[in-house]
Parts: sequence; structure tokens; C-alpha cells
Amino acid sequence: MAEDQGNGLPSALRRRLLMGLAGLPAMALMPRTSFAAAPATAAVNTTGLAVTDTEVTVGVLHSLTGTMAISETGAQQAEKLAIAQINEAGGVLGRKIKVVQEDGASDWPTFAEKAKKLLVNDHCAAVMGCWTSASRKAVLPVFEQYNGLLYYPTFYEGLEQSKNVFYTGQEATQQILASLDWVHKEKGAKSFFFIGSDYIWPRTSNKIARKHVENVLKGTVVGEEYFPLGHTQFNSVINKLKLKKPDVIFTDVVGGSNVAFYKQLKAAGIDLSKQVLLTISVTEDEIDGIGGENIAGAYSCMKYFQSLKNPNNEKFVAAFHKMWGEKTVIGDVTQAAYLGPFLWKMACEKAGSFDVDKVVAASPGLEFKEAPEGYVRIDPNHHLWSKTRVAKALPNGQFEVVYESPELIKPDPFPKGYQ
Amino acid sequence: MTRPNPAQTVNDNPFMKPMEWVSLALLAAVIFVVLPMLLDAFRLNLVGKYLTYSFVALGLVICWGFGGILSLGQGVFFGLGGYLMAMYLKLEASSVENTKIQSTPGIPDFMDWNQITALPWFWKPFTSLPFTLIAVIVVPALFAFVIGTAMFRRRVGGTYFAIITQAIAAILTILIVGQQGYTGGINGITDLRTLNGWDIRTDQAHNILYFVNGALLVACILFAQYVKRSKLGRILVAMRDKEDRVRFSGYSVAGFKTFAFCLAAVFAAIGGAMFTLQVGFMSPSFVGIVPSIEMVIYAAVGGRLSLFGAVWGTLLVNWAKTTFSESFPELWLFGLGGLFILVVLAFPNGLAGIYRTYVEPRLTRRAKAPEPAPAALPHAAE
Repeated sequence: MAEDQGNGLPSALRRRLLMGLAGLPAMALMPRTSFAAAPATAAVNTTGLAVTDTEVTVGVLHSLTGTMAISETGAQQAEKLAIAQINEAGGVLGRKIKVVQEDGASDWPTFAEKAKKLLVNDHCAAVMGCWTSASRKAVLPVFEQYNGLLYYPTFYEGLEQSKNVFYTGQEATQQILASLDWVHKEKGAKSFFFIGSDYIWPRTSNKIARKHVENVLKGTVVGEEYFPLGHTQFNSVINKLKLKKPDVIFTDVVGGSNVAFYKQLKAAGIDLSKQVLLTISVTEDEIDGIGGENIAGAYSCMKYFQSLKNPNNEKFVAAFHKMWGEKTVIGDVTQAAYLGPFLWKMACEKAGSFDVDKVVAASPGLEFKEAPEGYVRIDPNHHLWSKTRVAKALPNGQFEVVYESPELIKPDPFPKGYQ
Repeated sequence: MTRPNPAQTVNDNPFMKPMEWVSLALLAAVIFVVLPMLLDAFRLNLVGKYLTYSFVALGLVICWGFGGILSLGQGVFFGLGGYLMAMYLKLEASSVENTKIQSTPGIPDFMDWNQITALPWFWKPFTSLPFTLIAVIVVPALFAFVIGTAMFRRRVGGTYFAIITQAIAAILTILIVGQQGYTGGINGITDLRTLNGWDIRTDQAHNILYFVNGALLVACILFAQYVKRSKLGRILVAMRDKEDRVRFSGYSVAGFKTFAFCLAAVFAAIGGAMFTLQVGFMSPSFVGIVPSIEMVIYAAVGGRLSLFGAVWGTLLVNWAKTTFSESFPELWLFGLGGLFILVVLAFPNGLAGIYRTYVEPRLTRRAKAPEPAPAALPHAAE
């Protein structure tokens, strides 16, 4: 337990006195614990991490420059907010978190270089970072080789489970299956058209979605098309949509392509209040670029939306706006990134140690009840149990939640029958 | 070998001038002695990575500095070399035992994610290390030969050639990203572990690879110097300055240009292969236009007429990149941009130009050895 260094003696003294008073019934025991200093550094750190008697070093590794900077800014801000809040509340095992930030520069080899630097040079006890699957794949061997600890915030394709990574976003089955069931039940959807960016996440997600549509919902997939990252010409596929008239357009187009896609969809006269469009790649962050009026009426499925009504989220949104400005929007990944430092703190405290192996061993089963998205729990497979929500995009850039899965959904990164 | 008489023609010059031997010795001392002594394993591995780029810069000195052929697509060859090496390493890392959780064990993980169930035919030869090593040299050379022959025979040169190389870099990137089942797509080929059973991820392996890399670099410098001093090298310079005159003298300009371009490609490919070995993965972000231009900048900062300058330039730029980005994660790009503007405005011939203008005259005066005028400097940037 660390006292506020800056506040000087009086407040510390007052607190001790109060604690002493409160402890009177327990007489001998209470004063011992209240005077006990943080556990000795040698005891909580046996593997040479950067831990001193007062500080523990944690890395933050996101793109601050390059094409991914827009997306990763929110995640990085949320991690800093969480760390600031943890430090305010006394830190982890009596130690304040010191942040070392590195820029991955939207470049996967740079991510690998910086990850290595954070582990080998700075001996970070944990690293919060990465956004794209490509950057995670690039740093993964580094974390495994040097036995580091990464908290990865993005919803992603699954098919991975590393001892050295905790995945605080959803894997594909969590995000997709419940929302497909919902659109099938609520909108009577039978035919689907898949449109995605051409890389591993959309392809894997669509593969899972196709199996679910065909085998479980007994529907049909009438089209499946992919476009290179950064593609901006969607007219040909929009013509196909008009021709095939699918019940649902299911999209996982990412990044800047979204802007072109929704604008061209609107320009082509496809009215999203009549045509059901379900996306798994648009959060409040993307709408910022697309423009609320261009996507209003579309359904997005995520585990978190800024408009969620619960006390945890209201506190989180208020704190985020206070630290980073009223105008910032908070998307799914931003919220998932916010969970990382807290989950790490809880695991350290349960393990009584910063040692990576002990923190990893202590993590399964941990519950975080104060998460803005609501209650979450860490599964032994290093992913989180979470709810899935479907929300309708509003013209003001926010979402209105229309469906929430009744129970937490178990993470299943290697789904049987979907591969 | 007798001491040369400065009055003799360039033809009779020794392999290297005394000052050049000093430069080489200095570079070798820094690479093999000073840096390994000063740096820890992590930083040394970083320097090893930088040095792989200097192969590209070295190729550019021959092709652009001497030959006047500006290629903005050297990333293509760096990438080819790197990918070919990565294919071998990936196959070795994808043994049936390592990949038993996949639907099809024994093939690289990204193929499995893309529903490919058998190893594609063009991957198969890469289970052999000797084949891979030969391919690293031959494939980029052939590719450069085809491009070079197609372009130079039609007398496409200068700006047009630069644009075409850039287009090729863009095409190859799109191809790699698009064919992710066969190439790993935007993720690249990751998680490479062993070279013929030898774990390349340990600090010791990094050290050994660093020295192998350094030795290869010195070998490439010596070979480049050999080319520069040969008749071929002088024809290249002549072509750069008065292409028509060389053609009218009966030389096959296209042939010489193609050779320079191929040589640059082979150097870049060796760098790429060493990169993959030291960094442990390869990704399309080294193939595109931006990295290709960045590699031209290395050569420009170092001085495009100097073989040693190219190496120093690469080291300086990358060191600055790493240091700036570690110290100022949010502002570093501005610092780097400032460095480039400064170098180009103030020192158009790069580090080597600074050396020639300010350092060399003093050294040579002291040595009292009148030097012949440096081989004609090119006209202002092409």
C-alpha cells in the first residue's frame, strides 16, 4: 500500500489514525497491516523486470503515426486513462505504474522492433498494445521468446491463443454468431451478401459467418466479395447488391474504405432504413470519418457502444472526456483497451507478484465487475467472456443498442465446425 | 604490385586508393570491433538490421550514382530476397509437429487460415536450403534482367524508368497482399524459428548473423569497388554523363545498364535475405513504394557516389529514426524529415560530399600525395 507521496504527513497521518481507530476491535492485527509497506521488490519480481520499490514499468505500443494512428489513438488514450486511475488509487502492489510509450508507426516490423525494445531494454512488466492482426502477428514471436505479457484490445479473427497474450477484445465467433441469430430472428433474414477488406480478419470472419448461415440458420450466401485495403471504388459490388437483393448486407470493410463504401451506397440509392446492413467493423470511431448521416440505420455488432446505459460506463465516459476532451468518441476497441491495465493489476495482486508466469497463472477466472461494458471474466484460453450487442447507427454518430445477448458468451478462438 | 604513379591514367590505378583502404578499415573496425563492444545484444541486432538496408544503398550507388539509373523500386528486390528466405524458414517452422492444431498440419499457418489444404507447387522447392540460397541470388537477378532488358532496349530511361520501377513495386505489393493464401498477405510471413535446425532467435545466433552480415557487406563493397575500378565501371560513368557518345562508340548501352541494374538487385536481395534471418519475419511493408524511396534516401544521405558513404548514410538515418522515435514518439517524423531537408539542401552529395570537401583535402595535404580529380561528379541531381 503506497501513501500519496506529495500530500505530506498530515493526510497520511490522518488516514493511519482513522485506520487505527477502525481497527480498534481487531486490536493487534489491524495496525500491522496498515503500517505494512508494499511487498519487498525481491519477492514480487524474481525475473528481472523493471520494478523498483515505488514503480513498475509498463509499455504502451500503438501507432502514433501512419495510417493506423487514427484508429489506435483511442486505444492508447484509454490505456493511459486506466493507468492514471490505477495510479491515483495507489498503483499495483504498492507501486505506481510508469509508462514507456513507443510508436509502432503503422509498420509491422517497427512494431516488432519496439516490442523487443520494451521487453529487452526497458524490462516492461506488461505491454498494452497493437491494433491490427498484422502487428500482433509481428510481435507475437518476440513476446513468446522473451516471455513478455501483451494485452491486445482489438476484436479479431481468433485462431490464436498464446500464453503471453491476453485478448481483451472479442474473437470472431463471439462477435458474429449472436448477431446473425438476431438478424435471422428479428428481420427474418435468409439471404446474405458478404463484403470485406481482403485480409485475414474479414476472410476468417466471413468463413465463420457463412458456416453459421448455411448450417445453422439454413439460409444462403448470395455473394462474397473482397477488396484490397484502402480500396475506394465499390460501384460494381453495389450494382450486384441491387441485382441480388439480399436480405442482409454483411460487411467487414475496414479503415478508410468504409468512408467510400457508405457514401457510394447512399449515392446509389440504397436506403439503410429499408435494406438491412449488418457490419462488424464500424464503431463510433469509424462513423467519425464516414459521417453519421451516411450510415444512419445500419446495424453494428460489437461488445461495447459509447451509449451503453450503466453506471460503470457513465463514469468511464465522463473520465475519458475529462482527460481527452468532450469531443472524443469511444469505440469498442477503446473500451477493450481500457480493460487491459485493470486486468493486469488484478492478476498481479492475485498472484502477489509481477512475474509473468505467475500473472498468467493467476489470470483465468478473474472477474472485472467495473468494466464499462459490464461484467467480464477471463477464460483459461486468455480471451474474455463478454456480451454481444447489436446497435443501430444514428445520424449524430452514436449508436442505439437494440439487442444484447442475455448471457456472457464464451470465447472460442478455435471454433469446431466453423473452420 | 608497384606503387602507382599519380601521373598515370586512371586505367593503371590500383584496386583502391590508400584513403579508400583507410575508409574500408575504418568501416570494418566499427562494424566488427567497436559496435559489438559498445552495444548490448538488442542494439547490435538493430544495427545488424540497419546494415541489411545498406546492401540496397550499395546497389543504388552502382546503379544510380555511377550508372545514372534511378530505381525507385529497390524494395522489390529486397523483398524478393527476404521472401524467398522466409519461405524456407517458414516451411521449416511448419513441421507437422508444430502445426498439429491446424486443419491441415504441415503447411504454413496462414495457408491453413485461407483454406488451402496442400502446399502450392512453387513452395515445394523451398524445403531445400541450397536451392533457397541460389534462388535468393538468381530470382531477383532474373527479374531485374527481364525488367532491364525490356526497358533499356527500348531506351526508356531517367524519370520514366523511375516511374516504372515504382509501378512495379506497387504491383508486387498488391500481388503479395492479395494472394494471402500463398504469401501471408498483409501480415507477411511471421514466426520464423530455425535455419536448418539452428535456432535463429537466440542472442548468440543474432551475434553470429551480425558478423556474417558484416562480412557479406564487406565482400559486396569489395565487389562493387572492383566493378567501379574496372572498364565496366568507367563505361557506366561515361553513360551517365554522355549516353549518346557511348552508344556511338559502339558499346551496347542497354547491356551495361541492365548489368548495373541486376547487380543492384542482387545486392538488395542479399540484404533482404539477411534481414529475414536477423529480424525473424518478412512483410509486404518492405516491398512497396515508401520503403523503396526510403532506401534511395539512405543512399542520398550517404552520398550516391560513395560506396562507404552509402553504408554510413544508412546507419545514420536508421539510427536517427530509432533514436528520435524512442525519445519523441509523437514528433519523431518531423525530426527525420528535417534531417533529410537539411542534407539535401546543404550537402547535395551527402556525407561523402562533406568528407570530400572538408576532411579529405586536409588529410591528403598532410600526406602530400596529389590526387587526381575525383571521377567526374555528375550533373546536379537527375
